Amino acid sequence: MKLQRKNRLRATALGALAVSGALVLTACGSDDNTGGSSTPGSGDKTTAASNIDCGKAKGQLRASGSSAQKNAMDLWVKNYMAACSGVEINYNSSSSGEGIVAFNQGTVGFAGSDSALKPEEVTESKKACKTGQGINLPMVGGPVAIGYNLEGVDKLTLDAPTLAKIFDTKIKKWNDPAIAKLNEGVDLPDKAIQAFHRSEDSGTTQNLGKYLGAAAPNEWKYEAEKKWPAPGGQAASGSSGVAAQVKQVDGAIGYFELSFAKSQNISTVAIDNGGSAPAEATSENASKAIAAAKVKGTGKDLALELDYTTKADGAYPLVLVTYEVVCDTGNKPETLDTVKSFLSYAASDDGQKILTDAGYAPIPAEINTKVRETINGLS
Amino acid sequence: MASTTPIDTPPAPPAPPERAERPTSAGRMGDKIFVGLSRGSGILLLVIMASIAVFLSYRAVIAISKNEGNFLTTFDWNPAGDPPVFGIAVLLFGTVVSSIIAMVIAVPIAVGIALFISHYAPRKLAAPIAYVIDLLAAVPSIVYGIWGALVLVPYLEGLNLWLDQFFGWTYIFDKTEVGVARSLFTVGVLLAIMILPIVTSVSREVFLQVPKMNEEAALALGATRWEVIRLSVLPFGRSGIISASMLGLGRALGETMAVATVLSPSFIISLHVLNPGGGTFAQNIAAKFGEADEFGRDALIASGLVLFVLTLLVNGAARLIIARRKEYSGANA
Repeated sequence: MKLQRKNRLRATALGALAVSGALVLTACGSDDNTGGSSTPGSGDKTTAASNIDCGKAKGQLRASGSSAQKNAMDLWVKNYMAACSGVEINYNSSSSGEGIVAFNQGTVGFAGSDSALKPEEVTESKKACKTGQGINLPMVGGPVAIGYNLEGVDKLTLDAPTLAKIFDTKIKKWNDPAIAKLNEGVDLPDKAIQAFHRSEDSGTTQNLGKYLGAAAPNEWKYEAEKKWPAPGGQAASGSSGVAAQVKQVDGAIGYFELSFAKSQNISTVAIDNGGSAPAEATSENASKAIAAAKVKGTGKDLALELDYTTKADGAYPLVLVTYEVVCDTGNKPETLDTVKSFLSYAASDDGQKILTDAGYAPIPAEINTKVRETINGLS
Repeated sequence: MASTTPIDTPPAPPAPPERAERPTSAGRMGDKIFVGLSRGSGILLLVIMASIAVFLSYRAVIAISKNEGNFLTTFDWNPAGDPPVFGIAVLLFGTVVSSIIAMVIAVPIAVGIALFISHYAPRKLAAPIAYVIDLLAAVPSIVYGIWGALVLVPYLEGLNLWLDQFFGWTYIFDKTEVGVARSLFTVGVLLAIMILPIVTSVSREVFLQVPKMNEEAALALGATRWEVIRLSVLPFGRSGIISASMLGLGRALGETMAVATVLSPSFIISLHVLNPGGGTFAQNIAAKFGEADEFGRDALIASGLVLFVLTLLVNGAARLIIARRKEYSGANA
């Protein structure tokens, strides 16, 4: 009896403690919530991003797609939501394929994609865009860095044919004459090359394939597809996975977005494009290459045709452009205003300027002007 | 009166004339409900399994009918290509080989641990060891994957070199391609660790079921402890070990995330298990599902159907083996 009473007392004490604790915690929680949501709306950040025209934007906007532009999108969304209170933008950086599927099912306001819509995807998009069809708006450019890990070698130059042979495992040693010729004065070790590629389907793989196919047609005979085409080499999952392997393995080489190389301190290859000097993988050099691009889309579609064989000085030719996919007409009325307002900000001078800091490259001015016109005309 | 009924009835309202009938009718009613419920559950299970099979076959047929390659022999997976081509040969090979490696490593160790726990270890030690082994089962497979990629792969490189140097003549351990140890062999080692707990705990339970009389009789005849195990424990536990192994094999066949994290997949079939490359069904589905369009998903579902059938065959084979060895099994003891 005594014991039981003691236990009961203890239980009530514990219960009381739990209840009061929960009360205190919830009080804290609600405090935090109001504090957190009100500061960005008012505060100093509004002045920083005062150029953002919120228009009639309201409510929630869901978007999905390419992870290559994730860091750019994060910045845009953060600044935009700070300026326009009451708007919530949710970009799910899954993958280009998933983004387009979601767009064609009509569940997102726009999709991000590493490559322009294929004809059959355009056909399918007509279901989601009741009166129109899906179009591509080039919004973010960037270099695909070739990262390598070779003890004692901190500067390496390669050209397209050599890269093609390396990734096709035709060149097997780092001291191969083809590599030595491009790197005079560099002491190349007698070590096996371990070439890493993406294990899952990826827009980055497709861009590398397009580049190698255009710049080294004799050495790279594979179709440019999202799937890795060559039989040899090793694979890892995601840009982060490839970067991790390159970081870990001596003698490794792989490809990924520049930001992964920067964040993990991985040395990158300078590409000899045939110009006066090899081009390093930087945002500025990528911009120079994207400047040579032409619009190949018809109507409002602004899909780009990149010039991978450009010999312009300092142009880093291995670039990718990611698009935002929207309906030209027939966008959903509840998200149209938000989509227009948000994409206008992304395409604005302010929006494009922050790309450089994040390791991306802005879209050249004349193409960007067309993008802005198209965004204004969306309905 | 009420105590004669087989089922404990809840306190009935005190109405004397009903009391005589009620217990029997309530008993029958209870029986009926119970029969209905259990029959319903059984049918529900069949319906669920059948609908999974129908779903898999339906989507698989759509995919296979559009496949321009041979579903069974093509060494490629490219349903998004033009023309779409995909085949399961590499996946089937990789799944079977990595599982076999896992079984070869795990089963002897698991049986050893089970014997140690049930027959050799002092009680104080047996319980914690059993507990720790069971804990292995509670680790999520993605954690095994990360651990495998960050710890196991670098560590196995030395073992790979050693195997290549001294056992290269076996062909299997001849490492012909450079590359880190992200091979089917490494996957097999990782899977072996993952299936250890299930094989161990089932074997242990079986070994503990061995009739004490058998063991004591053997001991009385002057057998050593090892002879006791060889003569009475192992024959008695054989079918148990087989079913335990099959349970483990089931897990190894279907393991997804750990394999996807550790393996360096490629569409090559090679018996050199130390070379990087290969693939398994579950790993391929995990890797390709994200970017796949609708047709690509159908193709992956088709490969899932093959895994389904493979698992079915393995379980069927296990049943056959166990049925044939019935005379040794615990059922007759």
